[in-house]
Amino acid sequence: MNDDPILSVQHLKKTFGNFTAVKDVSFTVNKGDIFGFLGPNGAGKSTTMRCMLSLIKPDAGQIQIFGKDLFKERVSIMSGIGSIVEKPDFYKYLSALQNLKIFARISGADVSEKQLYEQLEFVGLAGREKDKVAGFSHGMKQRLGIAQTLLHQPELIVLDEPTTGLDPQGIIEVRELILRLKNEQQKTVILSSHQLAEIELVANRMVIINRGEGVVEGDVAQLMNQQETALHLELSENASGAAALITANFPEVKLKISSPKTLEVNIEKYYIPSLNAKLVAEGFEIMALEPKRKLEDFFIQMTQSNA
Amino acid sequence: MLRKNTINEFVKILAKPRSYIGIAALTLLVSIILFAMKADGKMYISFVTASFEQTLSFNGHILNGNLIAFIVLQMLIVHIPLLVALVTGDLLSGEAAMGTLRMLLTKPITRTQVVLSKMIAAATYTFILVLWMGFLAVFVGRWVFGTGDLIVLNSDGLVILPDADILWRYGLAFFVAYLALLTIATLSICLSAFADNSIGPIVSTMAIIILFTIIGSLDVSVFDHIKPYLFTTHMASWRSFFNDPVPWSAIWESIWILIVHNILFIGLAIFQFNRKDITS
Repeated sequence: MNDDPILSVQHLKKTFGNFTAVKDVSFTVNKGDIFGFLGPNGAGKSTTMRCMLSLIKPDAGQIQIFGKDLFKERVSIMSGIGSIVEKPDFYKYLSALQNLKIFARISGADVSEKQLYEQLEFVGLAGREKDKVAGFSHGMKQRLGIAQTLLHQPELIVLDEPTTGLDPQGIIEVRELILRLKNEQQKTVILSSHQLAEIELVANRMVIINRGEGVVEGDVAQLMNQQETALHLELSENASGAAALITANFPEVKLKISSPKTLEVNIEKYYIPSLNAKLVAEGFEIMALEPKRKLEDFFIQMTQSNA
Repeated sequence: MLRKNTINEFVKILAKPRSYIGIAALTLLVSIILFAMKADGKMYISFVTASFEQTLSFNGHILNGNLIAFIVLQMLIVHIPLLVALVTGDLLSGEAAMGTLRMLLTKPITRTQVVLSKMIAAATYTFILVLWMGFLAVFVGRWVFGTGDLIVLNSDGLVILPDADILWRYGLAFFVAYLALLTIATLSICLSAFADNSIGPIVSTMAIIILFTIIGSLDVSVFDHIKPYLFTTHMASWRSFFNDPVPWSAIWESIWILIVHNILFIGLAIFQFNRKDITS
């Protein structure tokens, strides 16, 4: 990873009639990133993705890819991008190989038949080349979609919710494929999802969008491991006594008594063991001590408020 | 890229079962007409010539391949637009409905090239349909029924064209018929650029043809100004080649009007497709 921006989206806006799908989204993807594009359903992820791939024209904002303006140099930019938007759809009446040939022909690169077979093998579809896509499962189509994105050896790969509709095994396979793209082929990958856990597992940087606006952008590890943690503390009784004890011993801690038996405590992570020890030493019975990462909490709230 | 995507379009058309419906339907229809004419053609001819038999005496081989080709062309030219629209109306919107348009438009190809490659493929498909109909009507017709002078009944009365003077007329008649069907193809692709489903542009194309044909046939003065500019008015211009003398100025006018319609539909399709947000 480095700070060499490969894609930059600035103040993107798109409305459909009276509905504003994207209000103001800005983010930057650096070369070598696996960049997570996270947001609840309806947050504007797909619209932003479609704008990035010139399927939709934004009302305002700028998109620069490989240092070029997307809407001025679209064709040359697209020869460096491989993408799947929403779900990979193919010509059902053609075989996997014929489909790849169709897309290879207009990929802007000379792709040999040998390379087509290699890509099919890379995504685990060796032996199914001649089968019609109509008979493929969703997971197989997803893998064929990834093969299609790699045909012309693009520098940037854009995958819009690539694990949607897959079974657990399929999700693991796609996740492993994405990591292999980065590790074996040094690709930059933009990956959208509405699941924080999925992004956390593969991405190194991310942006969270909600209601068409960018909310958080940064390094995944840093965002997920912020020092201050929201702690949910459940006692057998006397939450107010515990609160008094905590305030006396940890004056910098902010807390809230949420019920006679529960407390919500904002505390730096490394104080948690000593807080626990102090409460036990003073005779408080701890029924539950549940640390919640602020980002996760925040994302869950965001998702619930959108539901 | 235009050439490469045109190859792709041919591959897709060749692989789609619906592309063969037109060829199969034409073969079946022409076979039925040939069979019917072989079985009962003499009675059909005597029914047509009955009103002239008091003043004219018909000698020779009237029911010949030239007449059969004319009957086939006359009967089928009305139905072929549906066979053309069935394939061409699906070219853009079918991809939108299938989801493949998203994949296609994220490749390094301009939207104008996408439309033009589909237009070229549609024009070729239409040409093959017309060529096949021409082969069945003229060559198979002549093979089964033999040759002879062509007697055509038109609004001015009977026209008798000698056998040696017919083939070039069929060649040009099929060219004008092709131009008319090409207009149907470009119209359906144009409508296809506005839609995201397969069936809409096909039905809309047929609805427009029916509407314009009705307007063209209504004897109401209010439509007199627009009738000459409706493409449907010129779809039967191929018949003019079987007049004697051939009304060249009227034919040229029809050709120009059909060409203008084609350019208009292609232009509109490119304009609409370039500004369209792909949300399907």
